[in-house]
Amino acid sequence: MKKLRLTLRPAYGACLGGLALLAFALAGCGSSSGGKDGGGATGEPLAIGFIYVGPRDDYGYNQAHAEGAAAVKEMPGVKVTEAENVAESIDVQKTMKSMIEQDGAKVIFPTSFGYFSPHVLVMAKKYPDVMFLHCGGLYDAKKHPKNVGSYFGYIDECQYLSGIVAAYATKSKKLGFVAAKAIPQVRRNINAFTLGARRIDPKITVNVIFTGDWSMPVKEAEATNTLIDQGVDVITCHVDSPKVVVETAERRGIKICGYHASQAAIAPKGYLTGAEWNWAKVYTDYVKMVQAGKKVGEIPNLVRGGLKEGIVKMSPYTEQVSMEARKAADDVKAQLMAGTFVIFKGPLQDNAGNTVIPAGTSYPQTAIELESMAYLVEGVKGS
Amino acid sequence: MSITEMTPGAEALAPDAAGLVSRLLASPRVRDTAQALAITLGAVAVSLALFGLYMLIRYHVSPVALYSAMYRGSFGSWVSLQNSLLAAAPLLLVALCTALPARVGLVIIGGDGALALGGLAAAMTGLVLRELPVPLLLVCMALAGMTAGALLIAAAGLLRHLRGVNETISSLLLSLIGLEVFNFLVEGPWRDPDPISANKPSTPPISEVPLLGNMFHSDVHWGLGVGVVVCVLMYLLMYRTTFGFAARMVGGNVRAARAAGLPVGRLLLVTCVLAGAAAGLAGSIEIAAVQRQANASLFARPGLTIGLMGVLVSFIARHNPLGVIVTAAMVGGVAESSSMLQRHLRVPDASAQVLLGILIVMVILSETFYGRFRVFLAPDVQKAAANR
Repeated sequence: MKKLRLTLRPAYGACLGGLALLAFALAGCGSSSGGKDGGGATGEPLAIGFIYVGPRDDYGYNQAHAEGAAAVKEMPGVKVTEAENVAESIDVQKTMKSMIEQDGAKVIFPTSFGYFSPHVLVMAKKYPDVMFLHCGGLYDAKKHPKNVGSYFGYIDECQYLSGIVAAYATKSKKLGFVAAKAIPQVRRNINAFTLGARRIDPKITVNVIFTGDWSMPVKEAEATNTLIDQGVDVITCHVDSPKVVVETAERRGIKICGYHASQAAIAPKGYLTGAEWNWAKVYTDYVKMVQAGKKVGEIPNLVRGGLKEGIVKMSPYTEQVSMEARKAADDVKAQLMAGTFVIFKGPLQDNAGNTVIPAGTSYPQTAIELESMAYLVEGVKGS
Repeated sequence: MSITEMTPGAEALAPDAAGLVSRLLASPRVRDTAQALAITLGAVAVSLALFGLYMLIRYHVSPVALYSAMYRGSFGSWVSLQNSLLAAAPLLLVALCTALPARVGLVIIGGDGALALGGLAAAMTGLVLRELPVPLLLVCMALAGMTAGALLIAAAGLLRHLRGVNETISSLLLSLIGLEVFNFLVEGPWRDPDPISANKPSTPPISEVPLLGNMFHSDVHWGLGVGVVVCVLMYLLMYRTTFGFAARMVGGNVRAARAAGLPVGRLLLVTCVLAGAAAGLAGSIEIAAVQRQANASLFARPGLTIGLMGVLVSFIARHNPLGVIVTAAMVGGVAESSSMLQRHLRVPDASAQVLLGILIVMVILSETFYGRFRVFLAPDVQKAAANR
């Protein structure tokens, strides 16, 4: 018997419905206009783009930059757009281009160290009217375009102060450091933390574990647990997101010095203090200069500084920090603020017994020798 | 199966559309293609609808705003179209690293390692031979990259063939070993002493400007063109040659292939070599067109790595090299639209990852619909089903 089938089977229905929806969606979008062209005319807000290499709420490197961006958003006459999780590849070039061409950005803050070469340099040549203000302090006036700026902070000053605070908190005289890569910037932080602690008690040692990369959550947790099993009772780190280290340490009941941003909120029991960036200062300064009408060439290409310049700051001491510890740290901090204190000065030995800075030599923060630090100082266990 | 059976009849030009459709569907090849297209597009549409619902509930973004931003951010303007194609370029080749072995029945997911080692080999070759004229230098870099990638994936194929080791696990683990070897060489013996590289371990840069330029006054480098050509060539190899037929027979039933006297081991090995070479070539292109030096940026990605995106592309394309071209463009577009969603709708980057996740689950689920739609069944089977 023949029968006309008009009923749709459910599977057909789902498929057709989906297709109709897709067609509708595409048709709907076709009519809306493409990108916007901003900037140029006076009175229009200054469009600024921030680019982060990881999630902007990572309790670490990227959050520190996002906090700086948040301060810029508060300023009058600006329009801020942000992009997170942007890889150090063609991806960041594309993001910069989209911000410039679709959002009309006149100032771009590519905040990851690895964005600089070749990505920032390529885009800076392509868009000579846009300022590219990169975090890393890599600008070289002889080689790089004038519309590139680069800034960095001497955060080892804060690590030195953290070391002092840690020295008062430790009972086992063993401190821990979870580090990402064995590169000069990381070694400088490990060394400053160690020197700060050993200023208070030369018997203190710092156990270091390198995880090998900037974001290795599993290895960071393993490293933290291993360090605690070795008897470490105060820990700090230099990885992109200290969240895993801090949470693991808090759970195991030891004390913590933070890094990049404040992790006090996720470690209410163990958090002491921490080394933080204060990008709000750098970013609002730059934006004010651009708003004041300064052009490419009038904006400083290289901005560096430490506590004194306000580029780095300490997390406020928590209740766990003794009065004694506060006094000792504040004393050194005052000298750093006055510019009279030098962290790396001779005689200084590395952990293999070689003299790395001879007696009578001292390297202030601007010394070029510190940029290629290849050693770990006496008292650091690990390589 | 002969060629004449697969082409639609010459008298297919019927006056009415319904007749045309039914005549077209009389060809098994057209039926299969139509079925694959309809089911995959359906899965994509359902994914988009689910994603729209999720974004509406989670971030209160209206579907119109969402899809219009996604469209503008992926294909809706010249800037975003070029960006999407740039995102697709490496995916084309890395997807082949999964798609080709799938034809012989292997599931290979080691694209990242092959890409990284290929890139490293290309970067070092470029450095050593940098005095050569650029076209010749590019060929040498490509060959070096392809060799390195091929060795890695061939190892997984050999382990499978000789020792029966599961190739999915071995390719993943070999890829991790490859990345560690990469890190060791880049951070150790092959490290550039320049201060910029001091804090970002890299091999010395080959050149000031990228060696591989952009296509026809666009901002899209030639890697896209190379990827498309390689995909087409691989399609021809797999569907238009006796090698491809034999390879697919091995994938269909390895015992039958053996009984028929096919050189199974050689087919597996050659396919794995081609797969690894494709991913290695992708690494060479990243070095020649973008990075100019090998460092962790070659493979490190927040979220899904290029290798895993390649696996995703290959599965959505049902391991068809031509499908890979379309799918890579689509996945590239989705990845690219994330930037627009973040900048204009202020939602986190993770939202685009959610969509990619929904997509792969839906595409895998949609496999169950094959053979369930009567339109796509052979006429005699349809008749039997109607009279049930």
